Amino acid sequence: MYGIALRMLLGDRGKYIGMVIGIAFASLIMSQQPAIFFGLVSRTYSFVKDISLPDIWVMDPGVQFVEEHKPLRNTELSRIRGIKGVAWAVPLYKSLVRARMPDGYSKTVDLTGLDDGTLVGAPYKIIGTDITDFRRQDAVFVDKEAAQSRLRVNLKDGTTRPLLIGDVLELNDKRALVVGYVKTTRNFVLQPQVYTTYSRAMSYTPPDRKQLTYVLVKAVQGVDLLQLCRDIEQTTGLRALDAKTFEDVNLNYWMKNTGIPINFGISVLLGFIVGAAVVGQTFYNFVQENIKHYASLKAMGLSASVLVRMVLLQAFFVGTIGYGIGVGLTSLFGIYFHDSVLAFRMPLWLMLFSAIGVLTIVLLAAFLGLRRVLKVDPSVVFRN
Amino acid sequence: MSQPVIVECHGIAKSFNSEGTVTAALRGVDLQIYQGEFFMLVGPSGCGKTTFISIIAGILTPDKGTCRVHQNTYAELSNKAILAFRSKEIGFIFQSFNLIPSLSVAANVAIPLIIQGMSMDQALEKARTILGDVGLQDKADMLPNRLSGGQQQRVAIARALIHDPSLVICDEPTSALDHESGQKILTLMKEMSRRARTTFVIVTHDPRIFSYADRIAHMDDGRIIKTETQEGAFHVL
Repeated sequence: MYGIALRMLLGDRGKYIGMVIGIAFASLIMSQQPAIFFGLVSRTYSFVKDISLPDIWVMDPGVQFVEEHKPLRNTELSRIRGIKGVAWAVPLYKSLVRARMPDGYSKTVDLTGLDDGTLVGAPYKIIGTDITDFRRQDAVFVDKEAAQSRLRVNLKDGTTRPLLIGDVLELNDKRALVVGYVKTTRNFVLQPQVYTTYSRAMSYTPPDRKQLTYVLVKAVQGVDLLQLCRDIEQTTGLRALDAKTFEDVNLNYWMKNTGIPINFGISVLLGFIVGAAVVGQTFYNFVQENIKHYASLKAMGLSASVLVRMVLLQAFFVGTIGYGIGVGLTSLFGIYFHDSVLAFRMPLWLMLFSAIGVLTIVLLAAFLGLRRVLKVDPSVVFRN
Repeated sequence: MSQPVIVECHGIAKSFNSEGTVTAALRGVDLQIYQGEFFMLVGPSGCGKTTFISIIAGILTPDKGTCRVHQNTYAELSNKAILAFRSKEIGFIFQSFNLIPSLSVAANVAIPLIIQGMSMDQALEKARTILGDVGLQDKADMLPNRLSGGQQQRVAIARALIHDPSLVICDEPTSALDHESGQKILTLMKEMSRRARTTFVIVTHDPRIFSYADRIAHMDDGRIIKTETQEGAFHVL
């Protein structure tokens, strides 16, 4: 009878397509919106994740997210290096600074200063030159994507051009020569990222007793990271977090202090509700229009349990096709917007989440239909 | 009648309660129908014909009385056994055909066999054979709504007979058909009845087909008020 059930379903093309579209829409919204959400929130800690070498980040106790500049005294670096269990420790500068563009306009950029000796924290991809150019006079590296979009240079004829290698910026009135591009993972604040060495970054910022932003620490192999964090905190009075915990701190800050989760949550909920309403209503209509046929089958001796399975099969078939289309569209969306300003991240469990949402809709629709099918009196076949 | 009794009902009573109003549909019906008989149940609307055939088919349970069909008393059978019995021993022909529009003619005809557990392929093969018997072999792969009313009722007849039931229950089989088609359908049904010695119980309003009956039972107000043999039926006409 399952073949009959599917033929009944596929034969009513209008309703079948309507239900599949409803499920596909719900599945699309329930996978695409969370994928954008998770893509977005993963950017809150992308800077930390990209710098994979250090085990521990040491910072001012008031730091809430990685782009927040709460400087430390430069002497903290030496104190940390002296703590037992520390294999090495390097400075990292990170702050938003004003950059004067070649066309005279000013832009805010996210300036990162890397340890002069090791360049720990350098982006994973250097474009147009090589990493040794960090040591050139006044050298800065600019995020390539930003150079082609947010840092475009206005020309006198009214057009614009990308920021090019060889262009000169002014960072706090100091010369900064673009010697190459870097490829970085987009961060949450979306400021153009500019990299230079730590000492040069110091020259781009007003002199202050406190300038150091982070100390990146590598632990001696076999040392308990949590214990080392506690030791650093006790010795310096600063905050020391292992990389994973720091990622979570960033994530939690943005989750708690922005309306992002609730906004995306509402979208997902709306997708679910609209999908459930469309599919539930259409499936109910489908059952309603076929009720005399279900009654005929009952009269002909088909058991209620087989009828239930037929209706469930019809609902699950629609659900599976709709889910496949919805998640497929989401995947295409992700592929199309890969590496763009639009954040997108779809882990496997998110597909499972969407599947559970679709399953709930399908069960709801099947429940509505089943109530009608189970209640129908087969003797109605004799009443016209 | 020297034929064995296939339907035997005694003192059948059935009432329906609708929003507190109790309506007696059957008030003690006694009836015997014989194997191979072409039996008609006639009477005005609301006289209880439909309720009675629903009870004969095991779809409705009477409030009082017993109904025995093909040696099986429904009251003694479980619901599951009634379903199994109905799927094997009873065929149905409905007033509005009740063919599933999204299934091919052959698939519609095959349904009773599929309900019994036969594979789709085997059932479709047998459906094509019986469609040949009702003159529709070339329509097997069409959808029912491409057929005329008479052809659709032929499909319904093929569906009712494909599993060789001992009893076929027909509800107003000609009411949706023109006179000529109705006569052809009755001729076909009678022929099929004679061929397999299948009992037909036909509910009808249509006096033009009374002449096909071996016997006619007249119902009124929930009772059978008289039964007539074929000769008697001709007198009615």
